[in-house]
Amino acid sequence: MPTTAPTAQALSDVTASDSTLRRFLHGLPGVDAVGLEARAASLGTRSIKTTAKAYAIDLAISMVDLTTLEGADTPGKVRALGAKAVHPDPTDRTTPTTAAVCVYPDMVAVAKETVAGSGVKVASVATAFPAGRAALGVKLADVRDAVAAGADEIDMVIDRGAFLAGRYLKVYDEIVAVKEACGTSARLKVIFETGELSTYDNIRRASWLGMLAGADFIKTSTGKVAVNATPANTLLMLEAVRDFRAQTGVQVGVKPAGGIRTSKDAIKFLVLVNETAGEDWLDNHWFRFGASSLLNDLLMQRQKLATGRYSGPDYVTVD
Amino acid sequence: MTSAFEYAPAPESRSIVDVAPSYGLFVDGEFTEAADGKVFKTVSPSTEEVLSEVAQAGEADVDRAVQAARRAFAKWSALPGSERAKYLFRIARIIQERSRELAVLETLDNGKPIRETRDADLPLVAAHFFYYAGWADKLDHAGFGPNPKPLGVAGQVIPWNFPLLMLAWKIAPALATGNTVVLKPAETTPLSALFFADICRQAGLPRGVVNILPGYGDAGAALVAHPDVNKVAFTGSTAVGKEIARTVAGTRKKLTLELGGKGANIVFDDAPIDQAVEGIVNGIFFNQGQVCCAGSRLLVQESIHDELLDSLKRRLSTLRLGDPLDKNTDIGAINSAEQLARITALADRGEAEGAERWSPACELPTSGYWFAPTLFTNVTQAHTIARDEIFGPVLSVLTFRTPDEAVAKANNTPYGLSAGIWTEKGSRILAVANKLRAGVIWSNTFNKFDPTSPFGGYKESGFGREGGRHGLEAYLDV
Repeated sequence: MPTTAPTAQALSDVTASDSTLRRFLHGLPGVDAVGLEARAASLGTRSIKTTAKAYAIDLAISMVDLTTLEGADTPGKVRALGAKAVHPDPTDRTTPTTAAVCVYPDMVAVAKETVAGSGVKVASVATAFPAGRAALGVKLADVRDAVAAGADEIDMVIDRGAFLAGRYLKVYDEIVAVKEACGTSARLKVIFETGELSTYDNIRRASWLGMLAGADFIKTSTGKVAVNATPANTLLMLEAVRDFRAQTGVQVGVKPAGGIRTSKDAIKFLVLVNETAGEDWLDNHWFRFGASSLLNDLLMQRQKLATGRYSGPDYVTVD
Repeated sequence: MTSAFEYAPAPESRSIVDVAPSYGLFVDGEFTEAADGKVFKTVSPSTEEVLSEVAQAGEADVDRAVQAARRAFAKWSALPGSERAKYLFRIARIIQERSRELAVLETLDNGKPIRETRDADLPLVAAHFFYYAGWADKLDHAGFGPNPKPLGVAGQVIPWNFPLLMLAWKIAPALATGNTVVLKPAETTPLSALFFADICRQAGLPRGVVNILPGYGDAGAALVAHPDVNKVAFTGSTAVGKEIARTVAGTRKKLTLELGGKGANIVFDDAPIDQAVEGIVNGIFFNQGQVCCAGSRLLVQESIHDELLDSLKRRLSTLRLGDPLDKNTDIGAINSAEQLARITALADRGEAEGAERWSPACELPTSGYWFAPTLFTNVTQAHTIARDEIFGPVLSVLTFRTPDEAVAKANNTPYGLSAGIWTEKGSRILAVANKLRAGVIWSNTFNKFDPTSPFGGYKESGFGREGGRHGLEAYLDV
């Protein structure tokens, strides 16, 4: 732990006003984009083979938040997804379950019923996902609705407009209010929509802002914009949770979401976790993948490791 | 590093490279034995396994090679630049095609990790040949007036730390400008130069244009002293560089020297800390610190010393030391027993002089030459480890209070090869860079190389520039 760390007490002062919060966030070390991306790329060259690959694939499966966030979602679709989460590979019952299914609030009850007793969590996006452009009261009602329906986890979006306008305290207060609406039963994931924040400095500031406000997880993106999770922005957020724990003792999870489609990609992210935040985060309580098509690729790779043959997409379920 | 996520061994296959049990000298387009029949063994530093037996050049061989280069010079220099370019482009393409083979070979002979030979050395080697191939027919526009002339025969002596890359730095500009070459690789790393000789044949390069003489210091000395050599280029230690300068003094030989260094990596309190940590690691542990431009002195602003050191130590604990052929290895073997002894002695001296030594927990292999990544804190300008080039994975950490003090300490060395500046403040980068007396200054990065960028030293780090347009001058009669 850094010997120069301010105490948790000192950190509580930074949210006293808009200006103290601004000073704190702008006082965080800058991020050199070239260096950050070079480091992410260099960790991407790790070669994960045999036993390490088997471990990583099972770990990745157990970290998937299996997601469907479409206007066309129906109870049938959500049930199929839930069944898949509980038994990802019907031909191999040793396959771990995914961490959660992630749905819109009105589908929480259906999802909850489908995964009951399996240990699979139900996560729900809320707060006028994905744009977040609604009054606070509406957002909180959205959250309460999802929690009341049994959601174990709430994935909220921050007000990017307020953040980019420099109104950090508004963003902070909103996260605090949502956290309160989650009560004690639901864990809160805070989505920054990193593609809209656009700079790495902003992503580091947003990460600290979210953690100061009580986020249980910080999450890259909604999956609804052009740039979603990348190795570089996830590496940066992993550095943030690592530093936050060193300063406050509080551990926060990370969830890259959107754009992670292959086992190879997922394993690269796990390498980032392993060599940045460390093994304490190698657990689905602290790291998740927000993804839908990733799971089938993980399953095909898992089958290949087990049988030595690559079976193809007809041997995993289409949901 | 112990973790639930243990990386299984991922060795690059050795079978891609076919190392013959013995190699000759490459003179006048043929592999031949040494005149006196002498041979020496080259070993793999990570295992001490003998890789091959190589002919050892002596004075008679040097004479034979210089004569061959002289004979080839008239025709080679008379070729239109566009024709010489074709050969260089062909060589560059063959290097790319054989890059995996050459990377494995270099890792075997040198001990550096395959991650580096694959991702740094080989791409840069090819890039140098491509870059200077492009110059060959454009010399009229290089800023030296119309139709600049080559010098003649270039005698080139290169070190063991980047065997093939240093060869490329030397041979590519020499050939592009119309010179012919006699090159002596280091005695611990002769193999990639001999594979390059094979590439020259594969490319159909005319006989005698490139001659390769594996051997020891005596062969290098004979080459430098040979009366029919027009140009001497040397990369290596400052002590040998001084001797070479004495040898060529009073002759008409043109000389460039790229010698030692004690690079200062300056980290200001407004630096991007996580990237600075990466830059510090890359600055001193790239190629086990056996880099003349290594950032071997870390100058850190006092106000962030503790924080930075905590981050740095945490990062060093994740470095993976071991089998250089394993694709996940970050730190490979030291090149030779002799170099290991030198590093060990200097590190012990640092401890004896009162600096505080730290290394991450790290198991060293039982055979081969290994040295754990090491950092020294409480180092002052008066410590030997802050003044002498260690040429190993040893970082000396010093502090400063103001930008002026940083500049004064950075410049307070007989060397002047490289420096790094870490700050998010652009104006400070420019102000400090202007005051540093070093040939290469990196800002918010370190150990970044590119064939378009000139490289070379101030003071006892040598003179002349290699790379870029400037690199042509050393091989032209201008």
